[in-house]
Amino acid sequence: MTPEENFMRKIEAEEKIEPKDWMPDTYRKNLIRQISQHAHSEVIGMQPEGNYITRAPSLRRKAVLISKVQDEAGHGLYLYSAAETLGISRSEMIEALQTGKAKYSSIFNYPVLTWADIAAIGWLVDGAAIVNQVSLQRTSYGPYSRGMIRICKEESFHQRQGYEAMLALAKGSPEQKAMAQDALNRFYWPALMMFGPHDSESAHSQKSMEWKIKRETNDDLRQKFIDQTVPQIEVLGLEHPDKALKWNEERGHYDSSDLNWDEFWSVINGNGHCNRQRLEHHIAAHDEGEWVRDAITAYNEKKRAKKAQNAA
Amino acid sequence: MSDAIKAATLEYATRLGDDSVVLGHRISEWISFGPFLEEDIAYGNVSLDYIGRARMFYTYAAELASDGRDEDDFAYMRNDREYRNLLLFEMPKGDFAYSQVRQLFADVYYTVLLPELVQSKDETLAAIASKAIKETKYHLRRSRDWVLRLGDGTEESHKRTQKAVDALWGYTHELFDMDETEQLLADEGIGVDVSQLRDAWLKRVTDILTEATLTVPEDSWEVKGGRIGYHTENLGHMLTEMQIVHRSHPGCKW
Repeated sequence: MTPEENFMRKIEAEEKIEPKDWMPDTYRKNLIRQISQHAHSEVIGMQPEGNYITRAPSLRRKAVLISKVQDEAGHGLYLYSAAETLGISRSEMIEALQTGKAKYSSIFNYPVLTWADIAAIGWLVDGAAIVNQVSLQRTSYGPYSRGMIRICKEESFHQRQGYEAMLALAKGSPEQKAMAQDALNRFYWPALMMFGPHDSESAHSQKSMEWKIKRETNDDLRQKFIDQTVPQIEVLGLEHPDKALKWNEERGHYDSSDLNWDEFWSVINGNGHCNRQRLEHHIAAHDEGEWVRDAITAYNEKKRAKKAQNAA
Repeated sequence: MSDAIKAATLEYATRLGDDSVVLGHRISEWISFGPFLEEDIAYGNVSLDYIGRARMFYTYAAELASDGRDEDDFAYMRNDREYRNLLLFEMPKGDFAYSQVRQLFADVYYTVLLPELVQSKDETLAAIASKAIKETKYHLRRSRDWVLRLGDGTEESHKRTQKAVDALWGYTHELFDMDETEQLLADEGIGVDVSQLRDAWLKRVTDILTEATLTVPEDSWEVKGGRIGYHTENLGHMLTEMQIVHRSHPGCKW
C-alpha cells in the first residue's frame, strides 16, 4: 500500500491522522489554514468581549466575563499547539494574522456597543461556534479533534451564560429588553454567516469534506443553528429578526430569508466597523510586549551562562 | 457583637473589599493587552481571584449593614470619595513593569497580612483570608519571577522596572497605617495590626529587588489618604468606567 493509499484507508476507516503520519501536503496546508484561522478567531474574539470587562454591570457578570475571555485565550493556545504539530510555529501564525495573510472569523469585525451585545455574543456567536465545533470533534486530524472535544465543553458553558444574561435583560426593564432586542437584531445575521458561504460558493469545502476535516456542510450546520435558535428566541419573548421565517413541514426545518452575502464579503474585505481596530490592537499589544519577551530571553541566557560558569 | 465593633467590622470589610475590587479591576485591564497569550490568561486568573475576594468582603459588609444593600451596591453605588481602598491599587496599569512591580508590592503585603487575618476571631474574615492565602502564594510566585526577569533582563527592562519601583514606592507606606477603627479591631483580635508588618514586608521586598539587581528607594516621599477617601485623580476615572452601565439603569437586575 502506498502512503497515500494508507492515508485514504485511515480516513475511510475513521481512524485519526496523527502528526507523524504521512499526509498529503494539501491536507496539511488545509488544516494549518483552518486551525490557525480558528486560533486567531479565539484570540481576536477576546477584544470585543474584553471591551466590556471594565464596564460589566455587576461583580458576578464581571467575573463570568473575565473567565470567559480567559477561556478563549486558552482555546487559542490549544489551537496554536494543534497547528504547531503540523510544522508551523506560533510566531509564524501570528505574523500571518498581523499581515492579513491569515483570517479570523469576520463576526469580530462587528462592534460591541451595549452590554446586551456581550450576552448576544455568548448566546449566538458561541452558540454558532458550538454547532460547528461539535461537528469538528469528529474531524480526521487527531490533535484538532481532541482540542475540539475539550473546547466544546467550555463553549457550551459560554453559551449558557450568554443566554442566561440575555434572559435577565429580556425579563428586565423596558430599556433592558430593548437593548436585548437591538443586540439580537444586529448579531443574528452575522452569526448565521459564521458558517461560511453556501456550499456551492465555498472554496475549501469539497476537499475538506473528502478528507473528513469538515464533517458537515456549511448549509447543513447553519440550518441546525437556525432551527435551534427559534424556540430560544420564543422563551426570551423577543421578536425574531427574520420576518420570512416559516416552518417547512416537508423538510422538517425552518425556511428562512436569504442572507445578505454582499455585506458578508464587504465586511470580510475590510468594510466592517472594527477590521482595522482589531488588527491594530493585536499588533500594538504584541509590539509593546517585545521588550518583555526580550527581557525573558536575556534573563534566561544570563542564568544559563552563570550555570555553565559554575559547572566549569 | 457590640454596635461599635459591628460598625468597625463593616467599615473594615468594606475597606478590604474596596482594595480587592480596585486592584482586580486594574489587573483586568490587561486582558488582551499582555505581551503573549499565556500572560493574558495569568492576568485573568489573578484578576478573578481579586474580584472573588471583593464579592466575599462586600457580601459580608452587606450582611453586617443589613440595610437591604448587596455586594453590587457596595461596588457600583459609591463614588470615589466613599471608596476606602489603598492608593497603590488605584494607580493606572502603566506598562508591564509598572503593573508587575505593583503586584509584587501587593502580593508581599498579602503574604504578610493574610496569615494574621486567618487568626481573626471573626469567622467570616478568617474564612475569606484562608481562601485568599492559597491564591496569594501563586500570585507572589508569578510577580516575583517577573520582577526578577525584568530587573535582571535587558537594559531597557531594568530601566523600566527601576522606574516603576521608584514611582510606586511612596504609595507603599500607607499599607501599614492604622487608624482608630483598625486599632479597635486589632485590639479585639478581629483585625490585623498592619503597623507591625512593615519590617517583614520590607525585608522580603528588599531581598527580591536586590536579587533583581534593582535599588530599594530611599523613603523620601509618601502619599496617603485612601482610607479616608482622599484619592488620587485616577480612581474617579476608573469608577466612572466601572459603574457606567450599572448606574445608567437604576435598580435593574443583570
